[in-house]
Amino acid sequence: MDVLVCVKRVPTVGGAITVSADGLSVDTRMSGFTISPHEECAVEEAVRLVERFGGSVTVVTLGPAEAEEQLRSCLALGASAAVLLETPAGAEFGPAATAEALHSVAADGGFDLVLLGNEAADTGDYQVGIRLAHLLGRPVATGIKALTVDDEGTSAAARREYRGVAETYTLPLPCVLTVREGINLPRYPSLPGRLRAKRAVISRVPVSSVAGAALRTTALQTTALRTTALRVPAAARREATVLGHGVDAVPALVSVLAELGVLS
Amino acid sequence: MTVFCLVEVDGGGVVDASLRALTLARGVAAQAGDGLAAVVFGEPPADDLAAYGVDDVYAVSGIDGYAPQAWGRALAALADGASAVVAAGTDRGNEVLAHVGAITGLPMAANCVAVSAGSGGSFEIVRQRWAGLLLEEAVLDAPMALLTAATDAGTAAPADAPGSAVVHQVAASLTDGDLAVRAAEAPAGAGGASLASARVVVGGGRGVGGADGFGPLDELASLLGGVVGVSRVVTSEGWRPHTQQVGQTGTKITPDLYLACGISGAIQHIAGCAGAKHIIAINTDPAAPMMARADYAVVGDLHAVIPALVEALRDRPSRAG
Repeated sequence: MDVLVCVKRVPTVGGAITVSADGLSVDTRMSGFTISPHEECAVEEAVRLVERFGGSVTVVTLGPAEAEEQLRSCLALGASAAVLLETPAGAEFGPAATAEALHSVAADGGFDLVLLGNEAADTGDYQVGIRLAHLLGRPVATGIKALTVDDEGTSAAARREYRGVAETYTLPLPCVLTVREGINLPRYPSLPGRLRAKRAVISRVPVSSVAGAALRTTALQTTALRTTALRVPAAARREATVLGHGVDAVPALVSVLAELGVLS
Repeated sequence: MTVFCLVEVDGGGVVDASLRALTLARGVAAQAGDGLAAVVFGEPPADDLAAYGVDDVYAVSGIDGYAPQAWGRALAALADGASAVVAAGTDRGNEVLAHVGAITGLPMAANCVAVSAGSGGSFEIVRQRWAGLLLEEAVLDAPMALLTAATDAGTAAPADAPGSAVVHQVAASLTDGDLAVRAAEAPAGAGGASLASARVVVGGGRGVGGADGFGPLDELASLLGGVVGVSRVVTSEGWRPHTQQVGQTGTKITPDLYLACGISGAIQHIAGCAGAKHIIAINTDPAAPMMARADYAVVGDLHAVIPALVEALRDRPSRAG
């Protein structure tokens, strides 16, 4: 089974998100970088499938030269090949353009399964996987938290929960799935994995050179949604009233619960 | 022209997230001078829709249950020529609108908190990035704007004047393959869904200390008619299932009260609980970020405070009657 996993380099945000001086990007001067938890789980799911069926896991990212770091992390977790669709410094790709760029890799590889995270941690567009599936002409299910592939490797049962209902989608392979954290508990990279990742050759493709019909649309040159400013929402901070210390605070706590109307 | 809104219904009528979406859609329609139409797959609750100012209701038949691409195809066909299509920023709303985006080749803006319609197909929008930790202001230029409404921001408000909510029965016209992916539904165990709609959530974090430390939190949640939610470290450690995780990669909650116990308050967690009306934090560390985000704080060990609180609530005289 050959699996393609699409990942995205995003800043590691700890205590707060800071916007850069021009107001158009997140200030990453003090940040490390990572991929989202959803995508870590997508890589793990792909590695488990290949451990069971044989085959290969290819990871692809659309991003700057530095995104090589995230591809090597995926290789350390068991991916067998990596492709960097390299973007010019500072270039922003909207979801439609991202799907088209990923399509250039996904269409050629004969992949049985394409996995993505349900949404990118940073931009949260919730659509790249679906757009990619339409470009590929393949079925797609999203937000998946449990996956079972039959022994023949021809059919996938993909599950998620929605408003107290367990939904199961049955898809023929090849197909596209976007997955969520919780589908598995990703492993830590092994020492041999790290060493292999360090030596691995990453296939670098300037995204501008990716030819073909899929990239003729204007979506690749420009995003139709133009960001004018980024800001941190103001109402996030509240003024906490300290009710007390330890068990002495319990009577005050009960009064507050009564006041808020949550006591029956 | 018309603004279309995809409305999700369940046994209790229109779901809360769709009421927020309807409110946002009505605002866009008013600015643009457009009518407001609702699209429902299933039985339309016409009275609820009228109260939210809906003029026309399209009840789509021919699709049995939830099939994301088929819903997208039917919605795209109905809304052909509309100025905007709005859906709730739920799993289904975002998914169906992304299909509409792929089918029509139009951009889609997910999880909007504010939209204003300008002239000539230009929309100024504010949308959530980083699960709401960051807001993006943007201009969307498109002949038809595809928008989803954030589920934990904005309000659900009925219209000043009700709409006529005239129901039109329409049959979905589908393309081969649209029904290939469809949901087989079965009741799920308690988990993410009740968490998303719970009125009270009792949160537990690293401070709980282990899988066996949740007893008092479970009891408190049940006394308050609520459910337990947890931070990411709790699910990563395997203390609790991932369906109970509150946060950017878990569930976003909008309860009246979130009682966060032993949770430090990483911003990915804050992203999941910022929609709570009230927050009470209990933590041994008064400087924990969760304490600064709370309305009320108790400085102390949850292992002492929660059992004492449970006892106090059990002993309340009003409960005897």
